[in-house]
Amino acid sequence: MTAPTTTTRTVLADVPIPERRARFTDLLVAEWIKLWSLRSTIWAFSVSVLAIVGFSATAAIADYQNWPGYDAEHQAYFRTFGAVADSFSTGSATLVMLGAGAIGAITILGEYTTGMIRTTFTAVPARRSVMAAKVVVVVATTTVFGAVVALASFGVAQWILSGRDAGVGLGHPGALRLVVASALLAPVSALVGMGMAAVIRHSVLTIVTTITLLFVLPTVLSSHRHFSVDILHMMVSQAWRRLAYDQSSTAAWPWTTTGAWTVYAVWALVAIVLAVFSSDRRDQ
Amino acid sequence: MHRLGGTIGHVIEVHELTKRYGKNLAVNNLSFTVKPGSVTGFLGPNGAGKSTTLRMILGLHTPTSGSATIDGHPFRELPRGLRHVGALLDAGDAHGGRTARAHLYALARSNRIPRSRVDEVLREVGLADAANRRIGGFSLGMRQRLGIAAALLGDPPVLLFDEPLNGLDPEGVYWVRGLFRRLAAEGRTVFVSSHLMTEMENTADQLIVLGRGELIAAESVADFAARGAGRSVSVRTPDAAELSSLLTAEGASVQRKPDGQLTVVGLSSARIGEIALQRRILLHELTTNTGSLEEAFMELTADSVEYLAGETR
Repeated sequence: MTAPTTTTRTVLADVPIPERRARFTDLLVAEWIKLWSLRSTIWAFSVSVLAIVGFSATAAIADYQNWPGYDAEHQAYFRTFGAVADSFSTGSATLVMLGAGAIGAITILGEYTTGMIRTTFTAVPARRSVMAAKVVVVVATTTVFGAVVALASFGVAQWILSGRDAGVGLGHPGALRLVVASALLAPVSALVGMGMAAVIRHSVLTIVTTITLLFVLPTVLSSHRHFSVDILHMMVSQAWRRLAYDQSSTAAWPWTTTGAWTVYAVWALVAIVLAVFSSDRRDQ
Repeated sequence: MHRLGGTIGHVIEVHELTKRYGKNLAVNNLSFTVKPGSVTGFLGPNGAGKSTTLRMILGLHTPTSGSATIDGHPFRELPRGLRHVGALLDAGDAHGGRTARAHLYALARSNRIPRSRVDEVLREVGLADAANRRIGGFSLGMRQRLGIAAALLGDPPVLLFDEPLNGLDPEGVYWVRGLFRRLAAEGRTVFVSSHLMTEMENTADQLIVLGRGELIAAESVADFAARGAGRSVSVRTPDAAELSSLLTAEGASVQRKPDGQLTVVGLSSARIGEIALQRRILLHELTTNTGSLEEAFMELTADSVEYLAGETR
C-alpha cells in the first residue's frame, strides 16, 4: 500500500470543510428544518387551528342566539361565569389534546417508521442531544400553536358575545388562566405523544396509547368514587378542566389550581425523560 | 487547524465482536481490520451478519461482547459523525415526505456543514435535477444515490456502504465503482458490503468474507480468487450418466447441467481422462476451470448459507 500523503485533496468538496465544535443550536436548527420540510406539518397545524377556533365559536354563537330568551338573572350569571367558559369548550380542549398529541408523536414516529432514525443517529451519535433538540423544537412550536388557538378562540368568542354586550376581556376573573391553561395543553399533549412514540416506536399502538392516556382514560373513570377521583385528578384533561373552569366535575373532592398545574408539569417531565432517554441503549 | 475529518489513515478495527439476538447468534467472535487507501469488500450470503456488523461499527447496535472502533474510538463517543464516517446503510433510511435537498440540508446543518455542500454532493451523485422532488417518489437507484450523497456530505476519511449497488442501473454501477476507487485513491477507508461476488470482483481490492456471523477469509481479491483455481473440471460426454456414477464412486462431486455438461469437483482432469479411457467412454470436452471469485465464494460459504434453494444440500 502506498504511504498516504499528508493532505488529501478532497475529491468532492470545493472548499475544505473544517471541523467545528458540536453545538446544540445546530441540532435545534436541523430539527426545525426536519419539522417544517414536511408538508403534513403545515397541514396538521393549519387544519387544527381552523377546527379548534371554529369549534370554540359554536358555543358563543349558541349563547348569542339564545340570549333574548335568558332572564335578567341568567344574563347576569352568564356575564360572570359563562362568557369565559364559552371561549374554550371541553370539545376544543379535546381537539387540542388529540391534534398536538398526534403531531408530537409523529415527529418521532417519522424517524422510527421510515428508518430515518439510523441516518439521524449516524450523523449525530449523541442520541440524547438529538432527542432533546427534537423536544425543544416541538415544545416551542406547539406552545405557539396552543397560544394562537387559545387567544384566537377567546377573541372570536368574546367578539361574538360582545354583540349582546356580554363579552369580557382577559382581565375578567379566570379568563387569563383559561387562556394559559388551554395554550399549555398543546405542548403537554405533544410531549405525551413524543414520550409514547419514543418508547413504543410503532405508529398505530402509539396513537392508540396517546389517545387512551389523554382522552379515553379520563372519560371512563367515575367522578363519584374517591379512589377513582384521585386518579382522575392526575389526568391532563381534568387538570385543564380545573384550571379553565372554576367548577369541576369532581366537586365533591375539591383540588387546588396548584395541584392542577403540577399535573401538567409531571406529565411533561415524565414524557421528556422518556423521549430523551429511551433511545439511548436500544439497538436502532 | 486540526481537521479530524480531513486526516487520513483511519482504520476500522473489529475485535472479537459478538452479537446475539435472543438465541440467534448473528455475529460470532469476529475480528478484522479495514485499512485506508483501498476498497475493502465485505462479502457474505444473505443473513451472514454483514449489516449487523456495520451497525455495530456505527454504534447503532450494541455488541453483546467485543468492540468495534474507528481510528481507535468507538463511533458513539463522537458528538457528531458526518465528518468522521460517511455511511449508507439502507437506501430507504430517509423520510419519503421530504425533498432530497431538505433531507440533506437537515443532516448537513446538524453537523455544521455549510449549505453549499448539499448542492455539491447532489451534483456529484447526479441528483441535482431531482433536488426539489420528494424522496417518496424516488426509485431505488435514486435513493441509493441520495444515500451516497449523505455519506459524502462531511467529506469523511471513512466510508461504509451496505449493498450500495442494489437497484442501480449499469451506468450507476459503473459510476459507483469509479467513485469508490477515487475515494480509496485519496487515502480514505472504503468498506463496501455485498452478497454478490461478481459485484466485488471489479470493485474491491481487499475482501472480508463472512458466513453465518463468522469470519471465513480476510485477504486480497487475488488471493481469494486463487482459492477457486483448478478446483473444478468441465466434462462433456454422450455417456454422462455412466461417467457421473463412476466419478462419484471415485469420491468426486458431480453436477449435471441441463445441456448435459458435467462439472466435477474433487478430481483432476488427468484422473478423469484416465477413468474415461479405462471404461472406453468418449469425451467431447475435458477442461480444467481456471476458477473465479464466484466459485471460491460459493465453495467457501457453502456450509454457511442461511437459506438454500431447492434440495441441492
